[in-house]
Amino acid sequence: MNRFLQRSLLSGPPLLYLLVFFLLPTLIMVVVSFGWPGEQGGLAPLWLRDAQGFHLDLTLDNYADFVSTTLYLRLLAKSFWYAVLTTLICLVMAYPLAMLIAKSDKRHRNLMVLLVILPFWSNFLIRVYAWMIILGPQAGLSQALNGVLALFGWGPVSLLFSPFAVLVGLVYVHLPFMILPLYANLEKHDPGLMDAARDLGANRWQCFWRVTFPLSLPGVLAGSALVFIPALGAFAVPDILGGTGGIMIGNVIKMQFLEARDWPFGSTLSIVLTLFALGVTGIAAWLVRRRGGSYV
Amino acid sequence: MSNGHGNYAAPDNETRHARFPLPSPLPQAGEGDKGLLRKFHVKHSWGLLLAGLGGSLFLYLPLVIVVVYSFNDSNIAAQWVGFTWRWYDVLLHDAEMIQAAYNSLLIALVASAVATVLGTLAGMAMYRYKLRLLPFLVVAPLAIPEILTGVSLLVFFVLLNMTLGLISIMLAHISFCISFVAIVVRSRLAGMDESLVEAARDLGATPWQSFRLITLPLIVPGVLAGALLAFTMSIDDFVITFFTAGVESTTLPLKIYTMIKIAVTPEVNAISTILMLITLLLVTIASKLAPNAMRGG
Repeated sequence: MNRFLQRSLLSGPPLLYLLVFFLLPTLIMVVVSFGWPGEQGGLAPLWLRDAQGFHLDLTLDNYADFVSTTLYLRLLAKSFWYAVLTTLICLVMAYPLAMLIAKSDKRHRNLMVLLVILPFWSNFLIRVYAWMIILGPQAGLSQALNGVLALFGWGPVSLLFSPFAVLVGLVYVHLPFMILPLYANLEKHDPGLMDAARDLGANRWQCFWRVTFPLSLPGVLAGSALVFIPALGAFAVPDILGGTGGIMIGNVIKMQFLEARDWPFGSTLSIVLTLFALGVTGIAAWLVRRRGGSYV
Repeated sequence: MSNGHGNYAAPDNETRHARFPLPSPLPQAGEGDKGLLRKFHVKHSWGLLLAGLGGSLFLYLPLVIVVVYSFNDSNIAAQWVGFTWRWYDVLLHDAEMIQAAYNSLLIALVASAVATVLGTLAGMAMYRYKLRLLPFLVVAPLAIPEILTGVSLLVFFVLLNMTLGLISIMLAHISFCISFVAIVVRSRLAGMDESLVEAARDLGATPWQSFRLITLPLIVPGVLAGALLAFTMSIDDFVITFFTAGVESTTLPLKIYTMIKIAVTPEVNAISTILMLITLLLVTIASKLAPNAMRGG
């Protein structure tokens, strides 16, 4: 009894808080996604009262709307494509960095990790804003690019407010999430394995592709999930850097809640987005575990 | 699932060898073609070093640019004109900005204080007992898109007929800060030597005494690091604040967002530079307090 009391005292308060302010709102969101929009925006009452008494007034219309409107499906596909590209670019950029840290002298590793995550600690909006300056039409990068394009007789292009800017922003914001799990994995590799592979005649590429990379798959997977999920649901990066051409599903969700004020449809989009993100991550994890079963 | 904030400390080769000293001289792998290997090694390292240099540039250059242009004597961020403190002066006289900073500070203080208490309890409970629901509720907010958390809280507060403002922002911040504190405290406990508590119990300490005299002092650095982490997360949060703030209250990130969207002036650079300095200070303190817990984020 004493043990039960102790356990309840410890886990009770945080459990209660998270139940009320995390789980309950999420569940309400699921219910709202089956509701009707209110006449003044927001949400219509979820139950009706008539001759038969109270009954729930729910609908599958929002989901039907989503599936039958190519606009939203295409937007989801586009967001998926951006998130996949972001994940791949992060992976390619993070791998050598993580490897460099893991292979460095033990005394320097902690400092190097701190240096890598330090920019990530600065405010998210500041990091996005920095790219507004760099990609802006008056900055050197745009001027140089358009100068070269002019030589070939092509008209000027805008780097800012484009899908390109969105990708750069997404990569920049999420890169540390890829570096850290990769490093955590690579650090644990036994250097003896590389020596053994080399002794057995493997060249540099073979060492990497047949020893290091397969062993690092759990790290690759963890990093990819940490980049893919937030990138898919991004709304601030496309909102600031994307202009009209670069919007993602997160922007439409924001519009449904704050501008169109169609909560049920906004909820539907949010639920679809979350299930899609978790589903893709789950499938990726399953594939890696199946294909790399002997390594992972 | 790893979430980027866990403890990545792993026994490395040096410590392993220190514990089980190997006979020296060690047989070297591939000793026969040492010259070739060394050449190979150098080549390999050059590639990595180059990647490291490029990576660091990519990570730091944007922030350096923001800081440099905060001292630029021009209304447009793109050209360097001359040095000035003007934008910091503008900042100090911007009443809205000061109000936003005050709101951010108040929210972060309250949210991190409450989240530290709840998160420490959660971390201890997760370490001590085999729980199912609590670990799920701690990790899940970090595993779903932030926008879902934001809009679901918006709907929740409006359905409760709550006026959106400082209180709703605080309630939302506490919710996601609990996760960070709980994870840091839990990893600090996992690194603790359990035999100390057992020794105390063997010497006749009651469970409460062994907790108060042994466990608590040992986890204090973890708790403080968790509190600083929560404070930083709260003061930096944009997405969840954006949805739970309503129209009346502004925080620093919301104010920066408005300025970026409507009229960018180097004042944004100045406030960004100040925020970066504060964060740098907090992270340095936190990483001194709990080096292992902070390594993952």
